[in-house]
Amino acid sequence: MDSFIVISLIKTAVVFAVLLTTLAYLQWVERKVIAHIQVRPGPYRVGWHGLLQPVADIIKLLTKEDLVPPYVNKPLYLLAPFLAMTMALLSIAVIPFGPQIQVAGYQTFMQLTDLNIGVLFVLAVSSMGVYGIALAGWSSNNKYSLLGGLRSSAQMISYELPMSLAIAAPLLISNTLSLRGLVEKQAGGIWNWNVLHGPFPQIVGFIIFLIAAFAETNRIPFDLPEAENELVAGYHTEYSSMKFASFFMSEYANMITVSCMATLLFLGGWVAPWPAQYGSSYVPAVIFALAGLVALYHGFHPARRRDGYTLPFFGVLFLIAAAVFLLPMVQSWLIPLFWFCAKTGGILFGFIWIRGTLPRFRYDQLMGFAWKFLFPVAMLNLLVTGFLVALRS
Amino acid sequence: MLAAVPISWFLTLSAVLFALGVAGFLFRHSIITVFMSIELMLNAVNLSFVTFSYHRQQVNGHLYAFFVMVVAAAEAAVGLAIILTIFKNRRTLNIDDVDSMKN
Amino acid sequence: MDVILFLVFAIIAVVCAINVVVQTHPISSAVSLVGVMGSLAVLYLLLGAEFLAAAQVIVYAGAIMVLFVFVIMLLNAGAEAKKGRSFTAQLLGLPLLVAFLGLMAYFVQRLFPQSTLVHFGGFKGGGVAEIGHALFTTFLLPFEVTSILILIAILGAIVLARKEMD
Repeated sequence: MDSFIVISLIKTAVVFAVLLTTLAYLQWVERKVIAHIQVRPGPYRVGWHGLLQPVADIIKLLTKEDLVPPYVNKPLYLLAPFLAMTMALLSIAVIPFGPQIQVAGYQTFMQLTDLNIGVLFVLAVSSMGVYGIALAGWSSNNKYSLLGGLRSSAQMISYELPMSLAIAAPLLISNTLSLRGLVEKQAGGIWNWNVLHGPFPQIVGFIIFLIAAFAETNRIPFDLPEAENELVAGYHTEYSSMKFASFFMSEYANMITVSCMATLLFLGGWVAPWPAQYGSSYVPAVIFALAGLVALYHGFHPARRRDGYTLPFFGVLFLIAAAVFLLPMVQSWLIPLFWFCAKTGGILFGFIWIRGTLPRFRYDQLMGFAWKFLFPVAMLNLLVTGFLVALRS
Repeated sequence: MLAAVPISWFLTLSAVLFALGVAGFLFRHSIITVFMSIELMLNAVNLSFVTFSYHRQQVNGHLYAFFVMVVAAAEAAVGLAIILTIFKNRRTLNIDDVDSMKN
Repeated sequence: MDVILFLVFAIIAVVCAINVVVQTHPISSAVSLVGVMGSLAVLYLLLGAEFLAAAQVIVYAGAIMVLFVFVIMLLNAGAEAKKGRSFTAQLLGLPLLVAFLGLMAYFVQRLFPQSTLVHFGGFKGGGVAEIGHALFTTFLLPFEVTSILILIAILGAIVLARKEMD
């Protein structure tokens, strides 16, 4: 019992630290990717290739004046970012990042807790996240905030329906609600992943889940409620410094959560695309080695003078990482963690790519799309899946 | 200190919540607060159902509570639509002012 | 451990419920009601009702109360006015309520002195599989009837909240 508490505390500290760093650097990745889509370098000056930009942003946000306007409803105004942040961070508690590992003699799962209603827990926490936005819009005592808050909440609860139906279909195939059980049922290879397996491959379900996830996290093309040129800044107009940072961080944390859920439900979690005996353990090392060689090559023909020493440094770093992936000692947990992060990272890259490419929906188009198209298609997907699963068994 | 919670404590909590719901229903003037007290009463009854389900070690109590939840959802939807219509016609949310059928 | 958990969340539930009844502005009552539902969800977990706890948060706290908060925001409901309080009601009401409560508590204690002790894990039949099995075998007729009920509620809400098409 004692060791269980100590291990859980250590795991919580590790997951929390990694999550907060990932949140900060996800913003760096987003700015760089959008910049390169728009043919410009992005953050470049603060530290090598802008890697210290998130640190600068955090210092700026922390040292800004923390203004509480006198006309707001104080209890709700102070409660709203707290609710948004808490609900965004809470769902990470049930996400499994990898298989069982051995740490200093203790066997433990790479997951904070394995609830046997894990999927329902994530759904419940994301339903409660609506309150942060609705109360922020109301308590700011500002008509733009109110409209932004109402629109955002209505959008979130409308898209929860197709998301839940899209989640229900792979649950019918995998027959379990526990997130670890979902991944264990998809073991074997890419033909076992829920998106390609079973009596009815869940391709439609995966696409519906991703579209609904865009709307749930208020990302482009569904970000009308918080667009700068539409409603001043929507529900977080009246917030400054740390409270604004909470809303910002909760949006990124929600993005990470839905990407992890998509990976676990549809893409097989930490399962490699083909079994390890056919060489899939060498893929991470090959990828990192290629990245290192490309960085070294560009370091010798630098586009800008500073790249002459930064790019070779990163090249050497990537080659060292490739060597680490070849060590047999860490392969049992590092390779599954790599596959999980690669799949989640791929979906996050898709989020950022779409942000840089698509325009946004008008509000009535957005709501009509949810109720008149996405919800019937999700129901049809669930019906067909259920029918085929029942026929097969 | 007891090692586990006696079942009568759960039932007493359910009674307290129900009584508070009745108090809100009888003493408040705003129609939305009256409606929320009804939801509080329904929640108290759900707690009772689940407690007795534990007592009898059967799952039926959970199912009854589930149906109460579903009916409460349907009732909330229609009730709030009625409240919106009343507000549109009478411009007030005070239940004492909606008395045109009196005398 | 279970006793501490029960006491903490029971006290939170009662305090939030008193807040629902006592607060003047409807939005504070709504947020307190969400608190009541959250603490009740934890108590359901203690009683082994894991599916019901998740359903309570998803349906009750996450959908019905959001609907309440929406209507309060749309109608711009203000704090309640203090006019028209009947003195007799205030004088008689609170003691009668406490008497009603005391009666119920007394009967509850008499019927269930120390019979069943609730501890976490004491009832393992509240999982999704058992609920699904009961829902589609014993309770199939109520299930189908509630689906028609929800359809009627949707139609009613749409008709009532529609703008006049003149």
